[in-house]
Amino acid sequence: MSQVTLTINGQKVTVPAGSTVLDAARLLGLEIPTLCYDPMLSKPGACRMCIVEIPGMRNLPASCVTPVAEGMVVETHSEAVVEARKTIIELLLANHPNDCLTCERSGDCKLQQYAYEYGVREVGIQGEFHQYEIDESNPYILRDMNKCILCGKCVRVCAEIKGENVIDFAYRGFNTKIAPALDTKLAESACVYCNNCVSVCPVGALVDRRLAGKGRTWEVEQEPIICTFCEAGCNFNLLKKDGKVVGVAAAKAAPGRPMCLKGRLGLELIHNPNAAPAYLKKDGEFVEVPWAEALGLEGILAKLLEKGQKAE
Amino acid sequence: MSKVDKILICGGTGCISSGSGKLVNGLRAALAGAGLEIPVVLTGCHGFCEQGPLVIMEPQGVFYRRVQVEDAEEIIAKHIKGGEVVERLLYTEPTTGEAALTYKDVQFYAKQQRMVLKNCGHIDPENIQEYIAAGGYEGLAKVLKTMNGDQVVEEVKKSGLRGRGGGGFPTGIKWQSTRQAEGTKKYVVCNADEGDPGAFMDRSVLEGDPHAVIEGMLICGYAIGADEGYVYVRAEYPLAIKRLSIAIAQAEEAGYLGENIRGSGFNFRLKIKAGAGAFVCGEETALLNSIEGERGMPRPRPPFPAFKGLWQKPTTLNNVETFANVPVIFRNGADWYASLGTEKSKGTKVFALTGKVNNTGLAEVPMGITMRQIIFDIGGGIKDGKKFKAVQIGGPSGGCLPEELLDLSIDYDSLTAAGAMMGSGGLVVMDETTCMVDLARFFLNFTQKESCGKCIPCREGTKRMLEILQRITDGKGQQSDIETLERLAKVIKSTSLCGLGQTAPNPVLATLRYFRHEYVAHIEEGKCPAGVCTALLSYFIEPETCKGCGLCAKNCPVGAITGVVKEPYTIDTAKCIKCGVCITKCKFGSVQRR
Repeated sequence: MSQVTLTINGQKVTVPAGSTVLDAARLLGLEIPTLCYDPMLSKPGACRMCIVEIPGMRNLPASCVTPVAEGMVVETHSEAVVEARKTIIELLLANHPNDCLTCERSGDCKLQQYAYEYGVREVGIQGEFHQYEIDESNPYILRDMNKCILCGKCVRVCAEIKGENVIDFAYRGFNTKIAPALDTKLAESACVYCNNCVSVCPVGALVDRRLAGKGRTWEVEQEPIICTFCEAGCNFNLLKKDGKVVGVAAAKAAPGRPMCLKGRLGLELIHNPNAAPAYLKKDGEFVEVPWAEALGLEGILAKLLEKGQKAE
Repeated sequence: MSKVDKILICGGTGCISSGSGKLVNGLRAALAGAGLEIPVVLTGCHGFCEQGPLVIMEPQGVFYRRVQVEDAEEIIAKHIKGGEVVERLLYTEPTTGEAALTYKDVQFYAKQQRMVLKNCGHIDPENIQEYIAAGGYEGLAKVLKTMNGDQVVEEVKKSGLRGRGGGGFPTGIKWQSTRQAEGTKKYVVCNADEGDPGAFMDRSVLEGDPHAVIEGMLICGYAIGADEGYVYVRAEYPLAIKRLSIAIAQAEEAGYLGENIRGSGFNFRLKIKAGAGAFVCGEETALLNSIEGERGMPRPRPPFPAFKGLWQKPTTLNNVETFANVPVIFRNGADWYASLGTEKSKGTKVFALTGKVNNTGLAEVPMGITMRQIIFDIGGGIKDGKKFKAVQIGGPSGGCLPEELLDLSIDYDSLTAAGAMMGSGGLVVMDETTCMVDLARFFLNFTQKESCGKCIPCREGTKRMLEILQRITDGKGQQSDIETLERLAKVIKSTSLCGLGQTAPNPVLATLRYFRHEYVAHIEEGKCPAGVCTALLSYFIEPETCKGCGLCAKNCPVGAITGVVKEPYTIDTAKCIKCGVCITKCKFGSVQRR
């Protein structure tokens, strides 16, 4: 494959043709903020946080979707770029609950991190706030669309990794939001609660309800674990507090590793001594079910029991 | 007077709304009743919609306007049988007060150069034979018989044609890129998602001369090596869709669409995709997503549609007017075409002239003409003798031009330099009673509502700019507001994903550039100089001229006006809701608004 050499912040870097400016910058160890970018997903170039300055180009292009070119000169933190990033953060904060004190994602939130990094303390622009009802319709995912920054990662992971297409963008302009078909609550949708969306959400808009209140990022230790219920071998994290497992979180989404509710619940049953009850949707309502039913083991358990009795 | 051999009645959307459908049937029945065999043709749009329904008596071209079905008998008796003109149906020039006898005498038409709109209003758009009789498909025939794809591309490049939809990108270069792009499957897409408020040139072309667009797309398909095309047309244009469908069916039957077109070995199929009415779908990549069945949200570019367009295949996208220019180029030659217009902007441009101007409608003019000529010669000047203030060009993505720029040459580059843009060709004329802050608010409200919501600067930024403008027009502006508007505008322009966001702040920036004093007056003096922003106005009665008739007090809905008969009345501004009824009722002009 042919190679391309470009200069980023005065440093020369050589990358394969077809790479993006963001790839090249990261190769140099340069930090460019991103909200909608995920290497596992398609690239919408939507959040505009990764903008850079490239002389000769109109406007400030998004580095995640700008291909490198021979001899290209890139500035990742020029005055115009930093000013624009600050304004974008300010615009997001102008429509975001000032809720970091109690937010589950505090300390693990990209918006919080960038506001800190770019020193956006005061929001000079004030106006209408979204006032969406928090969706607590199901026992697995808490959706607070007031915190959503519309990066669209949840939409893409649902469509591209899981292939479920449960959610998408709805409405236009300031009223744009992520919603299931017909803008119902999640419980009324075809959601399978794999929590792929939760795993990619950069802010506190999507939260694993079973982990809510169990401790924030700096209080828990994360231990990667691979689910062995099927051959997909999906990645999960055991969350430990004071050495004890308090929950299981869906980890990184990846093609061919779709993650599922059964796997997550199964790991929780095995590792969490105080696992909360399991719930399944029956006739449109979530009801508490025995673990054997939740994990789809009723049939095999009955057979094992039968065989065991015969052996006696 | 010569004998009438054909009667043309405008069947554009405007004239149909004002009754031309009924008129056609009524006139045909009346002619039959009188034993006359004169064909009555329902044509496409004449462009002078405000004066509709329009009727032209051929061959002389006597021009009647605002003709209703009740006028049919008189036209037959007086004009057709009696050989006399029905004077009351003639158009009177607003500037001179003189009646215009024929189509060509009307100043609105006389100053135009109709090339793209040549057939509109003169042929039956539902009959392919009339298009062919007017020289239609000659360009295609020439291309198929004598040229290869490279030669077609070269000819378009030589003509200097630039995209008529907004940005003004050179059409030949676009075609060349798609032609050279790798891949065997390629597409031609026509953007007929005309969405600028007040713009209707593309609709009129599709309604009045659909075959011109089909011919243009065919030539493009041949040039780039595509065998399939789509016309993406708004569902709000049902008549355009109907006539285009008829035209496609007729072209298929006549062998202009389908397999082995006119024995050339070239295959091309055309489909219509009705859009659901999102402004952002006029943006080419959002339009492609919409055709594919996705939500109409723009894609990052690169890759450009010329390389990865519809279903990731190389695609040429042009708008209706651009395609309608193509047959003209191939019929008359690129050199002839390039002789029209200015050095860098060739040919003509169709404008939708609306607002506070005497003659509203569609006007096709050569590039390089001045705004003054369009507004004062073709448009007949400002309505009600008021003073010209500014003209908005390019719709919500464009900007306004003030009086001092009336003599600016209308071409792509001078408009961009002046902070406006050609856009698709909407022209909204404003007089002294238009508040420029309110105007900016109006356009920003539009773009904010139509933002697809994908990128942060456009979605959140235009909302905050709109809120600031709303605040200023509500009389609650702050000293820092202008600076904040400029700061947000800069970031939105430089960081937004697509053309909608990148141009959304333009109406604000242009009004700030030319009418900054109006912003300052709202914020610092609490005044709206144009007298539009209700929150900044108060009503009062001039005691010197008030006769004390009490009519104002009688009509005031909130009892804010009190007084004794035959003595000057007064308005209690605390109670007044500024509805303006008192002004309309006062016969002495004593109620003032300031």
